[in-house]
Amino acid sequence: MNDGKSVVYPYIPNSAPETKAQMLKDVAAESTEDFFEDVPERLRIKGMMNLPDPFPSEWALKKHVEGILAKNRTAAECLSFLGAGCWQHHVPAVCDEVNQRSEFLTAYAGEPYDDHGRFQALFEYTSMMGELLDMDVVNVPTYDGYQAAATALRMAARITDRQEVLVARTMCSGKLMKIRDYLKPDVELRLLDYNRLTGHLDLDALRSAISSNTAAVYFENPSYLGFIETAGNEISGLAHDFGALSVVSVNPITLGVLTPPARYGADLVCGDIQPLGMHMQFGGGQAGFIATRDEEKYVMEFPSRLFGITSTRVEGEYGFGDVAYERTSFAQREKGKEWVGTAAALWGITAGVYLALMGPKGMTEISDAILARARYAMLQLSKIGGIQTPIFQSPHFGEFVVNFDDTGKTVGEIHRALLQHGIFGGKDLSREFPELGESALYSITEIHSQEDIDRLAQELKEVVA
Amino acid sequence: MTRQEPNELSTGKRRTALRHYHQARWNEPILFELSCAGQRGILVPEVEEGIRNAVGDARDSLPQSMRRRDPPKLPELSQPHVLRHYLRLSQENLGADLNIDVGQGTCTMKYSPKINDQLARSSKMADLHPLQDEETIQGILEIFYRFEQILKEISGMDRFTLQPAAGSAAIYTNASIIRAFHHARGDRARNEIITTIFSHPSNAACARTAGFDIITLYPDDDGYPNLAALRAAVSGRTAGLLITNPEDTGIFNPRIEEFVRVVHEAGGLCSYDQANANGILGITRAREAGFDLCHFNLHKTFSSPHGCGGPAVGATGVTRALARFLPVPVVDFDGNKYYLDYDRPESIGKIGPFYGVAPVVLRSYAWVMALGARGLREVAEIAVLNNNYLLKKMLEIPGVSAPYAKGKRRIEQVRYSWEGLTQATGVHSEQIGLRAADFGVHYWTSHHPYVVPEPCTLEPTESYSKDDLDEYAAILAHVAAEAERDPELVSTAPHNSTVHTIDHEPLDDPARWAMTWRAYLKKHRRERMP
Repeated sequence: MNDGKSVVYPYIPNSAPETKAQMLKDVAAESTEDFFEDVPERLRIKGMMNLPDPFPSEWALKKHVEGILAKNRTAAECLSFLGAGCWQHHVPAVCDEVNQRSEFLTAYAGEPYDDHGRFQALFEYTSMMGELLDMDVVNVPTYDGYQAAATALRMAARITDRQEVLVARTMCSGKLMKIRDYLKPDVELRLLDYNRLTGHLDLDALRSAISSNTAAVYFENPSYLGFIETAGNEISGLAHDFGALSVVSVNPITLGVLTPPARYGADLVCGDIQPLGMHMQFGGGQAGFIATRDEEKYVMEFPSRLFGITSTRVEGEYGFGDVAYERTSFAQREKGKEWVGTAAALWGITAGVYLALMGPKGMTEISDAILARARYAMLQLSKIGGIQTPIFQSPHFGEFVVNFDDTGKTVGEIHRALLQHGIFGGKDLSREFPELGESALYSITEIHSQEDIDRLAQELKEVVA
Repeated sequence: MTRQEPNELSTGKRRTALRHYHQARWNEPILFELSCAGQRGILVPEVEEGIRNAVGDARDSLPQSMRRRDPPKLPELSQPHVLRHYLRLSQENLGADLNIDVGQGTCTMKYSPKINDQLARSSKMADLHPLQDEETIQGILEIFYRFEQILKEISGMDRFTLQPAAGSAAIYTNASIIRAFHHARGDRARNEIITTIFSHPSNAACARTAGFDIITLYPDDDGYPNLAALRAAVSGRTAGLLITNPEDTGIFNPRIEEFVRVVHEAGGLCSYDQANANGILGITRAREAGFDLCHFNLHKTFSSPHGCGGPAVGATGVTRALARFLPVPVVDFDGNKYYLDYDRPESIGKIGPFYGVAPVVLRSYAWVMALGARGLREVAEIAVLNNNYLLKKMLEIPGVSAPYAKGKRRIEQVRYSWEGLTQATGVHSEQIGLRAADFGVHYWTSHHPYVVPEPCTLEPTESYSKDDLDEYAAILAHVAAEAERDPELVSTAPHNSTVHTIDHEPLDDPARWAMTWRAYLKKHRRERMP
């Protein structure tokens, strides 16, 4: 990269000096400066930007980036019990094989003709999600579970033409921040307290808060804090009594064994598909879904793209396309529903591959396995003096709160000690839910073996002793 | 077959032969139709006997009402059949790697280097949990931090967040920050956002979602954003301006400083949608034009692959005065270690979970580090050279025009009009695009509404060679000639695609639309789900 000499960049074919000169000649330009005549001189950058020296060879670049990444210690190298919205599951090799394909990885916004494969793959994804959720309408993924919940609540407000939602307080504080910011312009959010013993939504609080102004009642199942909300029917029933909608966020990997929310009255179901075949990627594998019944009133309030199946001019051939495109901001700018744009389509395709591989038996088995392993973990940890788990007297799925108050140590102290032994403890809840004391949210998936769980119990025992 | 016989067009010294192209057509059934009872695609690790003995049947812990009785009705397929199905679908999808993808204007379709995918897939990236102890994530935090420094230099802004998960999420973030800024000063009267019709529709839609009323400016006769209209639009209600430059016409607004000044004088903030930054990297920046906020699409300008529509990142930058409103956390460096700073009481909060789509950030960082300042400048210069070269080729095609800014060069893209051809032949722009698909390329018209009649928007980024551009222009010239000679051939296209002309009506009819297979069975095959 000698200054003054021309450089040929492998990513830029026409950086070859001969071609560049020929093309300038073809368009009768002295230099590329001619093209920027509309950019006023005082707005021009003088000289080159001050950026780090590059690594022009692929080898040097690889060494540089790998050198930085080497400073990470991953969940694969250690033993991790972190979840809280991003979970360490096994990602089947075929999921990676498919989402690395250039045809999917580098496509964008083609027509249903040149991109038939993308439309079909995403239609199949929504179809399999529909079976898992027992609902007939599922969107092309939005950014993440946070956005899905925030949009579901705004949809509920539009559907009911009301401006207030009631939300169970047992939610991740970050997600609550997102929802608050998103609802701020149009919808008032009121928090509902929970039963300290069970974690469940306080039904008395719900009864006194709900009114004919309520657009939606929102809760999560399993809850962020791990317990399973068992009063879904009653909550949905109360919502419906007042003409409000029941909005439930669900972790899709639980639905091999847990009842889908549609069967306890949910009108809108949302969540994140990261558990279905996405690597954790430091939080880069999130994607949101929203599902409803097949009613025009609901469908027309989706901001997202909805892919539908249709016929073509050839008998028996399937075609695909956008359903009710006119409702979107692509068609109507600010008059559309919220907005639509690039989101997380590749993860939708990947989740489809995951569900196709797992099938009905796989989904049932993985739910059962997580349920059993988490129960075992709770059992083993609860035997340790000073540790209380689960702190809620409710059924749990794969996550549970562990309380360390009686150990006399803080979560921070305990987790720092675990880290010395190559273990990542669960998410520290002590600031997020101060009323739970020194507590942490531990996550178990199908990848945690008995040996892993026993090792955690053993190390914890030594740390708190 | 003679109808689809390719021709040859003379393009300078070399002759450009059109391809005998036909896209893959597998007539691939829907997955559910391939289901074969009892087959398995993957097995789950078996629960150890020790666990089973300790917990018994874990389902007993669930109340009856919460136990799913019937397994989800997913298809049952062996692993090779799942793979084969998806590989066939992939062949029926035209990724950017496989075609001269200059036809998707405004989207900056460029080469996504494979080494960056390889790095993003490494276990050191893929197997990181976002809530790990900071001591264990120093590498990825360093990437975030370094990349923020790079974006600061490219834009002149003082602080960035990488949390918004795409361009529209970034626009929404900008609108939220504008609201927070005015509210923090006790000014709640500012409820209007001004944008232009040639800025992406999300500028209007996201600002509306954030609670603002929208004023959309139309261009002057020459296609430039209308300064007189802006002066008339600003008032004590003006919260801010959201504007693209160059706009989706590829025309750079030379009075951009004045636009910013007019809005500032009215008490509003100015946010720069840099979706079209590819042609001005290293040429001009948000800072010098006076902007308060800006955002870049890392999946466009910074080469991260588009993934059929995400995952993505809308990197959002602000001036020092607005940094306190950015979403939490931001990544900082204390001279010794990198850390996440949540202690920002005036923050608008969270825009998404965690910190942003890390593999997209990683790829973008690697892309910049392969090119450096000189390379980024080369990206801009070649992208613009390619665009002006293609402009010349396009204007040689009868029936094509490039409305506005007559006789001027363009930056990185052009919104063309086929109005002349439509008047002569009755063939519309959409139909030209579908016929172009018969030769193996994408083509896109424009966002709605069609301000330019019979539009098409071409953005030949730095990734395409002179021969590529010659071929693309030759395809459109060929299709235009077909439109003159045999309009029906064009209006019934595509002929060489995976599928034939789609019946769109059911997709707008609540009685017939079907967004899942189960809905399709109920509505079209009268099957009742048990």
